[in-house]
This record gives sequence, structure tokens and C-alpha cells, in this order.
Amino acid sequence: MNAREEILGRVRLALADRPGSPEIDWEYGRPVSTGGLGLVERFAERVADYHAEVEMLDREDIGPAIAAALGDARHVVGDRTLRESWPSGAELEWLDASDLTSAELDQVDAVVTTATIGIANTGTIVLDHGRGQGRRAASLVPDVHVCLISADQIVSDVPEAVARIIELGAQTHPLTWISGPSATSDIELSRVEGVHGPRTLRVIVVR
Amino acid sequence: MSEGGAGMRIDHPHVGVTTAFLGMPTFQQAAKESLNDPVQRRNLAHATGVIREKRAAVVGELDNWEELRRAAEAIKNRALFSLDDYLMEFEERAAAAGATVHWARDAAEANRIVVDLARAKQAREVVKVKSMATQEIELNEALQAAGIDAWETDLAELIVQLGDDWPSHILVPAIHRNRSEVREIFLRQMKKVGRPAPEDLTDDPPRLAEAARLHLREKFLRADFAVSGANFAIAETGSLVVVESEGNGRMCLSLPKTLVSVVGIEKILPTWRDLEVMLQVLPRSSTGERENPYTSIWTGNAEGDGPQDVHIVLLDNGRTEVLADEVGRAALRCIRCSACLNVCPVYERAGGHAYGSVYPGPIGAVLTPQLRGTSSEVDQSLPYASSLCGACFDACPVRIDIPSLLVHLRTRVVDEHRGGVPRPEAVAMKAAGWMFADHRRYEVAERLATSGGKALRSPLFGRREVLRQLPPPLNAWSGARDVPVPPPESFRSWWKRTEGGRHEPRCAPHSSTETPSGQRTSSRSRSTEGE
Ligand code: SF4
Repeated sequence: MNAREEILGRVRLALADRPGSPEIDWEYGRPVSTGGLGLVERFAERVADYHAEVEMLDREDIGPAIAAALGDARHVVGDRTLRESWPSGAELEWLDASDLTSAELDQVDAVVTTATIGIANTGTIVLDHGRGQGRRAASLVPDVHVCLISADQIVSDVPEAVARIIELGAQTHPLTWISGPSATSDIELSRVEGVHGPRTLRVIVVR
Repeated sequence: MSEGGAGMRIDHPHVGVTTAFLGMPTFQQAAKESLNDPVQRRNLAHATGVIREKRAAVVGELDNWEELRRAAEAIKNRALFSLDDYLMEFEERAAAAGATVHWARDAAEANRIVVDLARAKQAREVVKVKSMATQEIELNEALQAAGIDAWETDLAELIVQLGDDWPSHILVPAIHRNRSEVREIFLRQMKKVGRPAPEDLTDDPPRLAEAARLHLREKFLRADFAVSGANFAIAETGSLVVVESEGNGRMCLSLPKTLVSVVGIEKILPTWRDLEVMLQVLPRSSTGERENPYTSIWTGNAEGDGPQDVHIVLLDNGRTEVLADEVGRAALRCIRCSACLNVCPVYERAGGHAYGSVYPGPIGAVLTPQLRGTSSEVDQSLPYASSLCGACFDACPVRIDIPSLLVHLRTRVVDEHRGGVPRPEAVAMKAAGWMFADHRRYEVAERLATSGGKALRSPLFGRREVLRQLPPPLNAWSGARDVPVPPPESFRSWWKRTEGGRHEPRCAPHSSTETPSGQRTSSRSRSTEGE
């Protein structure tokens, strides 16, 4: 008997008592209270709580905000919209992640992505690596991640986020949930932000 | 039996774990010293205390925590009670999404699958996301035996792997290392195995973390082959989920060309939306965060993004036997959050090593003997490793009633033993178990058990033999630590030589910490496990 048949056989034998399938007493996808704060404010507060930087602005201010968030980064990965709409003559060189190997990505200063969902109560951004976000390595290898999220992408908590992902049909896309910059407490229990992921996470919420 | 298990072997069916447990005297001695060391005890209590507080704070924020726990319990039960159907559904969906699904009856089969895949890809090294399942099957050893380096990539692992002087630091290796020690280790050792630490390295934790970042980045960028576990496997979509903090997981899951994930069959969740419950209870229970820094979810392979050659090894290794016990099967709900460890007074006192398993603490006490089989006499003492205070049940996000399980297992141990004469190992195990009830009994156990030390050659230090069995309290679920291996004398030969320990000088220094290169003194057919 092959391993598959044998394991499945063992499972069936083990379940010979035929336990009934239990009811799950849980209503999926419910909104959760964000306390006294609105969705966007709660989101901003919680993102900041992870020591990521967050700012809220209007659509027309996006360009300058991105420029400011990028600081003195020179080689920046971004999607086509950004690359093409960025004023020429700027000192930035925009790169297309799909042209770059991992080693080349490692030489890039920063990456700008959009997000798929923001989760207010946990301060999480969810990427599905579709348009505007690039493949997973692109938002991982560079040291600075600037993430644009629009206010209407922000949901209250994890249940709504999961429901929204399913609604978008994104549940089988590669997904990355990011809650603050990477962190470790392995040295003397003191929290250090930034081990392998981008050490700087700047979230820009567009109203 | 694990392949490559040539060399000395003690004649018990569950040697891998037996050996680890029999290796206890050294551990106990060290534990005893550590426990007598007020500084270290304070560190340990501090660590569990910090996490307890963080957990309490983020759990307290929710007004529906009990409801969440009940939902989490029901979801896991639903998966387990129709596990055959869900496994087949998972296989079908994952395969349709481009993954290759393998099935492994035991550790040896799982290791063989991974080693064969690595060989087929001509991989000389693999990067690993910490995973308890791969610790359980001792995959690193199997890879090493095949001449393939396995790099664990989380920071605590790196510190311990690079450090070469462990003996008095067993209980809290990475926490215990103060920053200047970490600096010194990095400066001395990194250059031997890869990118050197910057010469001007200071002992500032961010600088140290940066050195680790640069050192490991070299490995991430060149690695073609990665191995992971998974926290959840979703039947409905064939998706896998890895929950982590540092980003080493993301690196391993998205940069290499080939990814192999070793997943215990109990990791199944029925539907994708079940994640809304699990991703609330796991981070809060585990690290005391609302959400952990990074969660990766993937389904087969994605065109133009990440590994294109994606494999999943579904691992039994004793789990179906746990499932067969109508009461004991509750332990399979465990999501390895470690909350039960952090609240356990016995654990805080005894340390993770005393459980002789990659699964320590309260859950280890119920899971380990079941995975290994209580019909084996080896782990019969573990169900006694508790004061039944109930704190673990209260903390458990999937509502595993650990105290009741312990009592159930005690009954099983007694029933299975009725009429039989216990073998010497069982006597030794019982003696070891007593120490939980009375500290002075450390001495009894010390004399009773000896080691058939499991020889694992550290990839870093050539002939230095290490034993990877001692999870520390803080990262208890997340990483095996290396400690010197006890001498390769089998329990039986030792028992004979010393007439059951009576002629063994107490605390005798072991004469050797090495076994001939490549010799393995143990292999593991079934054992304990991981995320
Ligand atoms: S048994 Fe322990 S580790 Fe497992 S889920 Fe419960 S509290 Fe967490």
C-alpha cells in the first residue's frame, strides 16, 4: 500500500467512532468595533503603535508625500503607473521589479507599493501582490517599503479582512500580511525593529 | 528507522526520542545548576512573565475571547473529525494550484522525500524557516547525512548555532546571551561560515541584528532550495500559512526556486475563512501581539512570483494514533502557540529540556507520549509532569483540557502496564518524572538515566557533536538549540556496566563529547513535533 492510502486508511480507522461534525458557533465576517475611533484613525494609531510611520493625506498630495517618504533613496522599485507619471528630470530612478533578480533587488534603496486591505484594529496591511504591488520579493528585499493605501480599503478587523479577500477572489493569490516592520526580541529581550524585512515601513493613507 | 541510521543504535522502537530523554542526566545537571543560579532563574521568570503580561493585555482588549476560543476549538475539531476528507480535498486543491503533494508515514519517509528532492535539484545547502515538524523528524540530520547544509534562519537560531560554548546556558540560550557575548560570537564565527560581521560591530542590539541581517542575506540571495513547515493548511483552497516575526520566513518562502513544506496532517483547517478565527487567537496567545509582523499565505505556485517548484509533504508520524484515542485526540488541536508553557509553574521551574522532546511544557506532556505511543514504555512518566493546576487549559486558545488529558494518559499508562514487568527504561523514565514532584529526586533520575547521545554534526563546527533537543522557554516552539551530545553509550550497555546505575559516580564528567564522525547513535521512527 502506498503512503497515501495507508495514512488515509489509518485516519479512517482512527475515526471509527464516527464523531459527528461539530457546529461552529461563530458568525463569520462580522465587523468589529474600533472603539471610540473611526476606521482610518484606528488604523493609523495601530500602525504607529508598531513603530511604523503613517500619514494621512488627500489624493493631490500623494506625489510630494511619496517623494518625502523616499527621502534620499535613488533607486526605487515601483509599478508602471508610478514610473510613468513621475515627473521627469527627478533624481529618482524608477525600476520595474520584474526585470530584477533577487541580487539586483538587494541593491535597490526602496520600494513603493499599493495595498489590498488595511486592518484597523491590528494595524495590518495585506498585499496580494497583484497590480501595483509586484512579486513578493519586491516588497521584501529593499530596506524601505512605502505603502499606499486608500481609506476605503481599511476594514475594522481580521474577520472583515478575510471576508473581503474572499470577495475579491484573492484568497489563492500569494498573500503577505504585514503588521509593522519585522522585529525580534532575541537579544536580551529588547525589541529590535528590522531584521530581514524592510527596516522602515511608511504607510500613506489616501483619503 | 531513519535512513543513514548506521552505527550504534539502542534497541528500542522509538529510539530518537528515547535517546533524547535518556540523555537527561547531563541536562538535569545543567538544569539543576541553572535553577540554582538566581540570575538565570530570574531571567527565565522574567521572560515568561513579560509574555504573560503582553498576552493578557491583548486578550483583554477583546470582549469575545471566549467565543473565539470556542470557535477555534470547533474549527479544529471539525477538521480532525473528517480528516480523511479534508486531506483529500487539500491534496486535490494544492495539486490543482501547481504544488506536488507527498505523503509520509513516518519521519524516515518524510526525510527521504526531502533529501531526494534536494538531491534532484543538486542543492548543496537549504535555507529553513524554523519549523517544529522538521525538528520532530530531525530533517537537518538527514540533510547533513546527505552532505547538504541546512541553515536555520531565525536570529535566536543563528546566535546559538554560531556560539560554541553552551553548557551552562541550556535553559535560555538566546535570551541568556547578553549583548556583548552575541557581539563576540558574531565577530568570531560569522567569517567562518559566510559573510563576516562588520569589524566595528558594537553590542547595540540594532547593530547586532543588522549583522545578522547581512550575514543571512547572503544565504537567502544565493539559496535555491528552501524548507518550511506551516501553521495551517487549508483544505478548501490547498493554501499554506506561515506566521512569523523576523522576515526570514518571507525570504525562504519567496526567493528560492524550490520550496518544500513539511506539514503535519493535523494542521488542516476546513475553509479559508476559518483563518479569521485562527489569525486572531494565534498571535495573541503566542507572542502577545494583536497580529504578528508577517503572515505569508500561498497556494501552489504563482506565475512569476516566488518558488515555481512547490512541494508539500503531509506527515503522519504517529498523529493517526493520537487521533484514534477519543479523548487524547484533543491534543491534535494544538496550534503550537506556547501559551500553556508560559503559564505553567512546572515548566518555569523545570525548563523545556526536562520534557525530553521538541514539544515541551504542558502540551508536550500530553502530546509526546501519544505521538510516541504509550505502549512504548518510554514516555510514561510525562503524564506525571504536571501539578494539574489548570492554568494551561485556561490559556489554551483551542481549549485543550490538558489536565484531563494528563489524567487520561495516566490511566492509559497504568492499564497498559498491568501485569507486565516494567523495562529498565520505564523505571528510569518514572524516576525522571518524579523530579517534578520533588526537586531532590533530580539525583535519582540523574543516576538512573544515561545517554545514547544522538550525534548530529553541526554544520558549523565539523566534528563538534551537538544534540538538538532542548527548546528554551521563550522560543520554546520555535527552535531547537544545540547542546553538547552526551557520550554514545546506550542505555542498555550503561545499565549493564553500572548495574543499574549503582556504580555510576554521581555527576561524573562525561569523558567525551564526540562520536566518530558521521556516526549516529539514534534514529527516530516516530516522535514529537512542530509547527
Ligand atoms: S496546547 Fe499549549 S501550545 Fe497548544 S494551542 Fe494550547 S496553549 Fe497553545
